[in-house]
Amino acid sequence: MENLDALLAEGKAAAEAASDVKTLDEVRVQYLGKKGHLTQLLKGLGKLSNEERPAAGARINLAKEALSEALNARKSMLESAALEAKLAAEKVDVTLPGRQPELGGLHPVTKTMDRIEAFFSRIGYSVEEGPEIEDDYHNFEALNIPSHHPARAMHDTFYFDAHRLLRTHTSPVQVRTMEEQKPPIRIICPGRVYRCDYDQTHSPMFHQVEGLIIDKNISFADLKGTLEQFLREFFEEDVRVRFRPSYFPFTEPSIEVDIDRGDGKWLEVLGCGMVHPKVLEMSGIDSEEYTGFAFGMGVERFAMLRYGVDDLRLFFENDLRFLSQFN
Amino acid sequence: MKFSEQWLRELVQPAIDTQGLADQLSLAGLEVDEIESVAKEFSGVVVGEVLSAEQHPDADKLRLCQVSDGNDTFQVVCGAPNARAGIKTAFATVGAVLPGNFKIKKAKLRGVESMGMLCAEDELGLSDDHGGIMELPADAPVGQCIRDYLNLEDMIIDVDLTPNRGDCLGMVGMAREVGVLNKVAVAEIDCSAVASTIDETVSIELDAPAACPRYLGRVIRGIDINAQTPRWMVERLERSGVRSIDPVVDVTNYVLLELGQPMHAFDLNKIDGGIRVRMAEQGEALTLLDGSEIELNSDTLVIADHNKAIAMAGIMGGGNSEVSEESKDILLECAYFDPIAIAGRARNYGLHTDASHRYERGVDWQLQARAIERATALLVDIVGGEVGPVIQAVSEANLPKPVALELRHQRVTDMLALEIPASEIEEILTRLGLQLRANGDGSWMVAVPSYRFDISIEVDLIEEIARVYGYNNLPSNTPRAELPLPSIKESKLTASTLRRHLVSRGYQEAITYSFIEAGLAKQFDDQNEAVALANPISAEMAVMRTTIWPGLSKAVAYNQARQQSRVRLFEIGQCFIANGDELEQENSLAGIISGNRSPESWMGKSDKVDFFDIKGDLESLLSLGGDASQFNLVADTHHALHPGQSARIEKAGVTVGWVGAMHPSLQKSLDLTGPVYLFEIKLSALLEGRLPRFASLSKFPESRRDLAMVIGADVSFDSVRSIAQSEAGEFLKEVILFDVYTGQGIEDGQKSLALGLTWQHPSRTLNEEEINASVQSVVEKLTSDLGAVLRD
Repeated sequence: MENLDALLAEGKAAAEAASDVKTLDEVRVQYLGKKGHLTQLLKGLGKLSNEERPAAGARINLAKEALSEALNARKSMLESAALEAKLAAEKVDVTLPGRQPELGGLHPVTKTMDRIEAFFSRIGYSVEEGPEIEDDYHNFEALNIPSHHPARAMHDTFYFDAHRLLRTHTSPVQVRTMEEQKPPIRIICPGRVYRCDYDQTHSPMFHQVEGLIIDKNISFADLKGTLEQFLREFFEEDVRVRFRPSYFPFTEPSIEVDIDRGDGKWLEVLGCGMVHPKVLEMSGIDSEEYTGFAFGMGVERFAMLRYGVDDLRLFFENDLRFLSQFN
Repeated sequence: MKFSEQWLRELVQPAIDTQGLADQLSLAGLEVDEIESVAKEFSGVVVGEVLSAEQHPDADKLRLCQVSDGNDTFQVVCGAPNARAGIKTAFATVGAVLPGNFKIKKAKLRGVESMGMLCAEDELGLSDDHGGIMELPADAPVGQCIRDYLNLEDMIIDVDLTPNRGDCLGMVGMAREVGVLNKVAVAEIDCSAVASTIDETVSIELDAPAACPRYLGRVIRGIDINAQTPRWMVERLERSGVRSIDPVVDVTNYVLLELGQPMHAFDLNKIDGGIRVRMAEQGEALTLLDGSEIELNSDTLVIADHNKAIAMAGIMGGGNSEVSEESKDILLECAYFDPIAIAGRARNYGLHTDASHRYERGVDWQLQARAIERATALLVDIVGGEVGPVIQAVSEANLPKPVALELRHQRVTDMLALEIPASEIEEILTRLGLQLRANGDGSWMVAVPSYRFDISIEVDLIEEIARVYGYNNLPSNTPRAELPLPSIKESKLTASTLRRHLVSRGYQEAITYSFIEAGLAKQFDDQNEAVALANPISAEMAVMRTTIWPGLSKAVAYNQARQQSRVRLFEIGQCFIANGDELEQENSLAGIISGNRSPESWMGKSDKVDFFDIKGDLESLLSLGGDASQFNLVADTHHALHPGQSARIEKAGVTVGWVGAMHPSLQKSLDLTGPVYLFEIKLSALLEGRLPRFASLSKFPESRRDLAMVIGADVSFDSVRSIAQSEAGEFLKEVILFDVYTGQGIEDGQKSLALGLTWQHPSRTLNEEEINASVQSVVEKLTSDLGAVLRD
């Protein structure tokens, strides 16, 4: 038994010296296995007297436990070292670009239209669309613009024949809605419109969003309030808003709205007015009972003001270097 | 409408400066476009008299002038060819500052001292004329400040009038508005009758009384056409943008600008018989004052004599009856034409005149008698002559009727959400020239003056009240409305969902023109005749697209030309297909891809896109509604697509779109770097989805068998799959294709397919025999119908 301490010390040293889990397991077998050194000592207990046996057994077991503890400690040390080495080996450069399908983006005109629609759809305006090739009646006549009207000159119209044309505004969608629905009506009409005019500040195709509300007791004050709020919310700025009398055959009174975004310059941004009684009557709505207002805005103009785009033509060139700026 | 501020202020004197006046007009609906000084800033320039002019000793083109400023005489070196003794001109004295801060100092020119400068119009910023120094009338007072002499302390105000305000196309109307806005009185124009000194008349016949219900004429004999139009009149004309021509034309133009009444004068001796106001004969010829030769349409009203047309009514006079330098006797014309008879006619002939501009918008139908007196008085003052009586031809039945409207105070209050006191309403309308009579029940009867032809219903009156009260002084509210819930279909998709889906798959949204070049349209679509515009802006924008592909393809070419080789674009928009007399216009969704499958990356080289990239994108769209099985892709050929890589998209047996590779020859002709893949589908086909329906989950295990077979290379996967689906029994859950192989080990004309079949029973475990039997029947059918050979 004299060599128990030495054996334990030797075992501990062997455990300490093991550089990997496999070697450590061999040490465990060598000392604690069925034929291990300490196990052999236990087997040798039979040679001892009954009096000596318990104490010797206890000492051996203590030594076994101590060695086992040392082995376990060494094992977890080796395991964590191995894990650390593995982790170190698995290190990546997290600043390398990730793997992803490149994202595309929406056209700024769509983004702007979506934004305009969002404000109005939340207060119960529904979105209506209509044909782009329109008839003379819906684009002009039903909007109180008979064929001889000088206002027709304000709309440089693309024609197909005597009756069909490219709509010059989305107002015909309002007419079609009024023909089909009974008031109250609250609609937004976004879409492409066409005017026979092409230069730096005019595109033969552009986009409009028009709105229409018809109900009992809709007043000029409702029109003002709605558009003032819209312009402030759209630009997320406390813009100054100014209402100027104007003329559209389909509204009376008619208004042009100017904003001042802080530089003291008035910019015209939209046209609007109280729906003309003749327009209501032509669509079968009693103009004594119902009143309403309508407004219309050029989407490209709003997009230009909002995003700082300085050339209208960029919107239809579809240059990826332009489009991707809005992603 | 452009006019001199001085002229306006002669008629009405508001206590407000120029800018204030302009803002006021704009906010009253008469939008001021521009305010411009008559002359640029300059000082120290006086009326000078050239006393003598001699040749400069050392310069051929210079003269030495002795110039008087009324007090002293100065030597001035001048290079103008018209610098000569005796003329009066603009003399910039030493110390003068000309436009552009150009200071006049004592100078030596080729060794000779020069004490100032003689000025051409452009040097004073009066015009672009640099033809010589200004030549002022002989009576110009020497020494007077030229700004005072030429009356240059004036502004030109340009108002962009809306088409309803024809009443403001004359100074009188403009002054009336200013009077209303400032609550100040407006001067009346003297239109008192000029007594006739001769009895001579001409006959006037109204052959088209609906178009011309009133025509006034007056003979004036023995005029001096070479008399000078007074300077004040020339100035006012010029400041309104009208060139002075001769006193007769100037006076008619002046009355047009002052009262808003277009007028015309004929050379009396060129009129045969008398005046007939009639519709033109189709094809009738007329040479206009501007020299253009017109072939008239029968919808055009003309002024004619007994032989020929002598003017296009309300638009322009004819050359054959023109007042010329030899004219002695004239016939003045002043008429009322129905706006509908004039509207659009000038445009039809490519014309636009001051007269047509006014007649189209409407001229006061009660103004003619006053206007002809005004013109006569002005004219006789200048050119003299013997005046005949006013000859009037009128068709009372065809004249407009005076308008009287009911105005309800409550309606005004409701419309404006503000109760404006009755007295204020009365004041506003009265100043505008309307006459009110209270009905005693909170309403008025309002008589509308003949010059406000834009006021025809009650709301027109409310607009006038609001306009003068000030839109910005009226209240703002938030509308109040009922709040019904909208109906929302759960199975319905929106275009917005589809857009965002494509964006997440790397597509950039494009917007291309709806009109394209006719040839390009044909290159993409040989089935439909594109609808053509009657008045396209250019050949590139001539016909309406039947497909979005041409626009998107051009956009790809545009980007490829700008070093963008990887392009993925989509667009949603209407396409236009003529179907006999019917026109189909439906929204389509189209996509185009070209270049590499993925962006260049450190993870390795990317292949070029192929058919299955675009098909995958398309399939992901078809699955968005939750039920891709309603769609079917059928191999088929399309004019614009590669015959071996194109498919028709069917939904419930109906063609809704196409997908494929662009035909290589089309690609080449568009100068595109390929390959390019495209899809297009009717938007409506994608918007109807399905409402999910729960099926209970099986607790029992799935069984899978893999089948590898060799089969003819031409046999479609669809036919293999449909056999697997029909023969594998009702508990087949899924068929997947996990390998397609051709090449080594497989004979030419053959391919190897590997399928994975999965079965599951809802309420028990399927046994080996059942599975084997299913596999067996699939294999037998594949062998018998498609000649498949099972591989080991």
